[in-house]
Amino acid sequence: MSSSTSKALDPSSVELWDHSHHHHDVISTRTFGFWLYMLSDAMIFAVLFAAWEVLSYSHSFAAGPTPASFVEPGYVFLQTLALFTSVLAYGFTMVALKNGNKAGVISGLWGALILGVAFLALDINDVVHLVGMGITPDLSGGLSAFFILTQTHALHILFGLLWMLVMLVQVSRFGFSADVVGRLLSLRLFWHFQAVVWVFVFVFVYLRGMLI
Amino acid sequence: MLVDLQGPWSPLLGRLALSQIPYENPILAPLFVVVAIMGIAIIAALSYYGKWGYLWREWLTTVDHKKIGIMYIIIGLVMLFRGFMDGLMIRTQQAMAVGPDAAGYMGALHGYLTPYHFGQIYSAHGVIMILLAATPLLVGIMNVIVPIQVGARDMAYPYLNAVGLWITAAAAVLVMASLFVGDFSHNGWFGIAPIFELPYSPGVGVDYWMWVMQLAALGSTLGSINILATIVKMRAPGMTWLRLPIFTWASLATNIIALTSFPALTVALALIGFDRYLGTHFFTAGLGGNLMLYTDLFWLWGHPEVYFVILPAFGMLSEIIPTFSEKPLFGYVTMVLATFGIAGVSWAVWLHHFFTMGAGPDVISFFSVATMLVGIPTGVKVFNWAFTMYRGRLRFETPMLWSIGSLFLLLVGGLTGMMLAFPAINYMVHNSVFVIAHFHSMLLMIVYAIFGAVTYWWPKIFGFKLNEAWGKAVFWLFTAGTVGVFVPMYTLGFMGMTRRLDYVFNTQWQLLLDVQMLGIAFYSLSVLAFLGLLYVSIRDRAKSRVSHDAWGTTHSVEWMTPSPVPFYNFAVVPHINARDEWSWRKEHGFTDLRPDHYEDIHMPKNTGIPLILGVLTFLLGFGLTWRIWWLCALSLALIIAVVIIRSFDADTGYIIPADEVERMERAHHDRAQAAVELPQAGVPGGVTAYGQGNKPAAKGEVGAPGSGISSPEGSRA
Repeated sequence: MSSSTSKALDPSSVELWDHSHHHHDVISTRTFGFWLYMLSDAMIFAVLFAAWEVLSYSHSFAAGPTPASFVEPGYVFLQTLALFTSVLAYGFTMVALKNGNKAGVISGLWGALILGVAFLALDINDVVHLVGMGITPDLSGGLSAFFILTQTHALHILFGLLWMLVMLVQVSRFGFSADVVGRLLSLRLFWHFQAVVWVFVFVFVYLRGMLI
Repeated sequence: MLVDLQGPWSPLLGRLALSQIPYENPILAPLFVVVAIMGIAIIAALSYYGKWGYLWREWLTTVDHKKIGIMYIIIGLVMLFRGFMDGLMIRTQQAMAVGPDAAGYMGALHGYLTPYHFGQIYSAHGVIMILLAATPLLVGIMNVIVPIQVGARDMAYPYLNAVGLWITAAAAVLVMASLFVGDFSHNGWFGIAPIFELPYSPGVGVDYWMWVMQLAALGSTLGSINILATIVKMRAPGMTWLRLPIFTWASLATNIIALTSFPALTVALALIGFDRYLGTHFFTAGLGGNLMLYTDLFWLWGHPEVYFVILPAFGMLSEIIPTFSEKPLFGYVTMVLATFGIAGVSWAVWLHHFFTMGAGPDVISFFSVATMLVGIPTGVKVFNWAFTMYRGRLRFETPMLWSIGSLFLLLVGGLTGMMLAFPAINYMVHNSVFVIAHFHSMLLMIVYAIFGAVTYWWPKIFGFKLNEAWGKAVFWLFTAGTVGVFVPMYTLGFMGMTRRLDYVFNTQWQLLLDVQMLGIAFYSLSVLAFLGLLYVSIRDRAKSRVSHDAWGTTHSVEWMTPSPVPFYNFAVVPHINARDEWSWRKEHGFTDLRPDHYEDIHMPKNTGIPLILGVLTFLLGFGLTWRIWWLCALSLALIIAVVIIRSFDADTGYIIPADEVERMERAHHDRAQAAVELPQAGVPGGVTAYGQGNKPAAKGEVGAPGSGISSPEGSRA
């Protein structure tokens, strides 16, 4: 405790209260939180992939149809193209945002939206096709994991598209307010993340599924 | 696509029917009457005193982190009581139903609970105590304390904070609804595959369990994002990482665990949902399902969850013990490292919950060694607390009593945990009540820390202290209960008694089961004493008012703002100069808390939307449980619509002008002057127990040269 007597501090040299009038950076705080949310979403997919790994042995399909009998890699590649060009369009949205180009942002969002809808349409068509062939998730544990993993990804895509619709309205109504810019940046994270997850779905569910 | 149900179903009400209401049950029907009368009384009192507007403005629509935290704590305490009642019923049944000659009442062959009802009670006890008592209590305390400790005015996302609260409240209401409408799950709090599958559990009990857990998990995930962002992004200027208060460090670690582990629970429960609603085969006994996949996924969350609840408790002890030892915390950096060590290893031990699965020697050895590794950082913590107390000026006020009790329980629970980490022992005592006694020691260690923390921070939030005499009475009665229930339980475990027995076949266990009833009686008295504590403390609050530094020897930032804390926390955000900032200021004489200037404050506006979302979430959970599809579709659509509508509201904050802040701040300081000033125990700063004996140091001889002890602050600043 020697400091209290022998090492007295000059009060004028000590900063006790914040004088910087700093304001917390709303967009940065928000983006950080969204990164955290994406981390929890990544865990959801990680657990689903783990379940798929456990349930993708041939005996998990209970002598019923396996992905090798119905997966068409060409069709899934079309889905990949649709989703990746959608992400590219969203990238152009971000370039336009950086330049403050409202019309560019809106057309980029439309592009991403339409290509995303194309992806989702291909996915729904695929599910309808499979169900039509009598391949449903309640046939076997392996098919349960196959359907739930792919359709959880599709559900994320659906929410992303809904979000894009909302952003189209908000950009035209509010312009580039801090809220809108923050949401556009979060949506960028979300959309890129779904594309990354799709890479894993494509490789580990569809391509590897062809070997089962 | 949907599975065919056994039993009646109607499009309007789903599986809901009048026959699902247990009005002829001799326990539930009177309970329902009591709850209904209490509800009517509360509504009548609110109307009579005209408090609806107050309730709506100040509580239901608030986004203030302190009020949200208090509401979390209220939910936690109410559910703690409900969980205790379940525990009381379990103990009573086991004490009554011993041996073939034991009498049976109310339709039971032995004791007073049928096996099915008994199964529901122990399942509800576990779910409630873990997810709706311990978790909300800890989240509530973190909610109240962490933003003040880091010098922030609110959480990073105040609105999301309120959403998390009301979703947790929806889970609590749903579990209470299961008492009076339908059944609860009967297959344990963690669920046993494939018993929870529809063919074996055709009722709504498992659905209630699933959605209660799911909602509680969602609330905790949202809360964890918020606390993490608050700690990372909202710290006051000057608060570097190594100046972070230790409870905040613990909150950071614990919420990293929550953020990464709760999704595993979400998925595990969702997959049960697909099995039960869509007829998939994730965890079924046939058609390619895998039973142990469920057990693995559940404990992949379940074990990190254990550390999610224990790390904040460690943080609380690390705040309380230095204050009442009048010394700085021993080994701050090792404490932080130990916290993250425990958090890290929490991911690699889940298989020890089911060693008997028979995973093979390699896997079992890995998980056994990993489990024993937990003992190292935990041991570091125990020694740090012991060295903090060593040669300190110990004051045995109520929070300190709870902390020391907590340490003893940690020792008992930790050492039995090390025993259970040996697969050879584990195979012998698996599913015995020895395991139950072990994890109750650990969870009671948390409860002790929570009671300590509530007593410790109570004056900060409400501006007056809890009554010491009553607080100590609660502590000793509760401790008598802990000893009375769990010492016999360890013994019974060694004697071979397995868990979850609705009928005890061995009459030699009668004596120890009766001793446990004695413990339960002490617990019941402690509940009454707790109510007495609240009543007496609130009645005598004028006599026990405190100023900002309620205990005289506190050290961290939350004690630098008036008690009770104004809604904006800090009129001007403090600049942080040291690890224990308040100790440092007291030591250097900077105790004047009036800032040198005032500025405009930006605060979030109250909003009713989180409450609406909570109500809709409850309706969604209820609709899913009873398979009322129109209600599910409607509430889900409304949830999405409400979230989108909220995003169009750009006007979510308001400004308090600087002169208004100054006026309010002066009022706070005037009130603080009027408050009874407690004698300041120890020297200013309260950090210099070394070399001074127990004699309070006179001014001038403090830290005389040659005492050989330099200020710990000196090396930090």
